[in-house]
Amino acid sequence: MKNKNVIEVENLSKLFGDFAAVNSISFHVKAGEIFGFLGANGAGKTTAIKMLIGISSPTSGKATIAGFDVYKEAESIKKNIGYMSQKFALYDDLTVKENITFFGGIYGLSKKQIDRKRCELVDELGLQEVANSLVSSLPLGWKQKLAFSVSLLHDPKIVFLDEPTGGVDPITRRQFWEMIYKAAHNGTTIFVTTHYMDEAEYCDRVSIMVNGKIEALDTPKKLKAHYKTDTMNDVFLKLARG
Amino acid sequence: MKRFVGFVRKEFYHIFRDKRSLFILFGMPIAQILLFGFAITNEINNVNIAILDQANDVTSKEIINKIAASKHFSIVDIIQKESSIESIFKKGKVKAVLQFENNFGNNLIKEKQANVQVLTDATDPNMANTISNYISAILKKYQQELNKNTTIDYQIVPQSRMVYNAELKSVYMFVPGVMTVILMLVSAMMTSISITREKEQGTMEILLVSPLKPFQVIIGKVFPYIFLSVINAIVIVLLSIFVFNVPVNGSLFLLGIESVLFIITSLALGILISTISATQQTAMMISLMGLMLPTILLSGFIFPISSMPLPLQVISNIIPAKWFIIIVKGIMLKGIGIGFIFKETAILVLMTLLFIGISVKKYKIRLE
Ligand SMILES: Nc1ncnc2c1ncn2[C@@H]1O[C@H](COP(=O)(O)OP(=O)(O)OP(=O)(O)O)[C@@H](O)[C@H]1O
Ligand SMILES: [Mg+2]
Repeated sequence: MKNKNVIEVENLSKLFGDFAAVNSISFHVKAGEIFGFLGANGAGKTTAIKMLIGISSPTSGKATIAGFDVYKEAESIKKNIGYMSQKFALYDDLTVKENITFFGGIYGLSKKQIDRKRCELVDELGLQEVANSLVSSLPLGWKQKLAFSVSLLHDPKIVFLDEPTGGVDPITRRQFWEMIYKAAHNGTTIFVTTHYMDEAEYCDRVSIMVNGKIEALDTPKKLKAHYKTDTMNDVFLKLARG
Repeated sequence: MKRFVGFVRKEFYHIFRDKRSLFILFGMPIAQILLFGFAITNEINNVNIAILDQANDVTSKEIINKIAASKHFSIVDIIQKESSIESIFKKGKVKAVLQFENNFGNNLIKEKQANVQVLTDATDPNMANTISNYISAILKKYQQELNKNTTIDYQIVPQSRMVYNAELKSVYMFVPGVMTVILMLVSAMMTSISITREKEQGTMEILLVSPLKPFQVIIGKVFPYIFLSVINAIVIVLLSIFVFNVPVNGSLFLLGIESVLFIITSLALGILISTISATQQTAMMISLMGLMLPTILLSGFIFPISSMPLPLQVISNIIPAKWFIIIVKGIMLKGIGIGFIFKETAILVLMTLLFIGISVKKYKIRLE
């Protein structure tokens, strides 16, 4: 499975009217990789992800996810991916347990599997105390961790995380990245967008998107060497300033 | 199937944990029935009536001409025998029948007193009452003119009688209306809000990324409201029967089927609204302004359609509630069967198919 491409994108574009939110991007992601999809506000990250997960159709270009074509095989793609949206998207008026049960259910897990997952998850996240509380009462960091775990419930091959750590405190961010590593270790491919450049250092490879185009794509180490800087932040600033 | 059960369970959590939904679902029906218990007087214009002239003499002809000349009434039928009265009311063609007794003119001259029966369709009691007042006024005027030139005191005695609803209870008229409004409210407004809530929260995206198909999501979301609407319909009918003594003269089964049809019409409208609104606020506004207001004002629920200005009468035809109210009044108060409300039923079915068709189209576009 290693080294096989699970995401292949070629000249993918999305136009809103005349405006190219995503402008002919090409890249691939290997199985098991942690791929950082960086870019400033409005660079087009979310728009690109929505095309990859099959809820927005591209204007032009090609893309396959887990071997399935985004135009024709969106239904098969959906069975193989997990998605955590930029906007927190669990049900606030359901309890932690109810959310897990519900999302397990719509992914077609059996009752037994759901029961097992629910116990595991509550234990791992240390949510025993609040398992029966409404999600609305949880702090943001916990909600985000829960949302991530929920997106992994059905053991997807690839998981798309759109700014999973936005607005979260540094300690929780670290814990979050530990969870990401664990999932990657278990063989899940991680496609993650972020604003935090320190997080870019945790990725196997990163792409940097500016105004709808991918301006750089490599390992953090090589990028830093290429732009002769010490931090990803400086790489990013150089690119963004053009 | 298992997925579906899980989905519906989640919808019920949403509903039962939201005080506002609960109030709309269960507080409204009762509040509305009580609220609309009061009577509203209405202007009448060009009300269709029929004449049964058993006298066929000069005096009766004169009175008929006066009535024909009034802008309040138009005479659409002259019937020949008493037995036709019931069927003409059942057809819903006229709101009143004016019956002149045998020897009307002779009685008036010889006995100085003659009788006219004013029979009104009391499925709409306010209207019936107003109609018989207007007719009495015309008769009275004629009588005054007659008495002006003589010392003899001629008396024309109108005898008003309501058909179908002899006791004149305004709640009779409001029950079908309230039922319609409630079913519309619960089915259309609540579903459109609950679907747009998922959009607003971003959970719709998550659902669409899951292996669930879009139509499964929609069916999962509307199913609980079908269930709750049916319960509401039952509660309203029970309230009417046991609290207000409104009879259900027709078949309960038919009433049930027609109600389910109207619930589906409303749900389709709700889905349609949710496809064109991005936020709960918008969905709510469109439901209230675009659905509830016309439903209350133009369906014949409060203001009789026959006395509306022509443009509004035309518009009232595209309001599903209008047809459902006719159906419910027919079944509950007149006790008529499917044969008499076939047209109305067919119109509702067509409207429903149209709404579903548009929603399906819109929904696909939205996903692009
Ligand atoms: N439906 C849409 N119609 C028109 N323009 C859109 C639409 N969605 C996004 N855009 C525009 O496309 C551009 C890219 O948006 P996108 O959300 O993909 O950026 P992003 O990289 O995810 O930014 P952020 O970091 O703020 O999430 C923005 O300028 C945005 O205004
Ligand atoms: Mg974004």
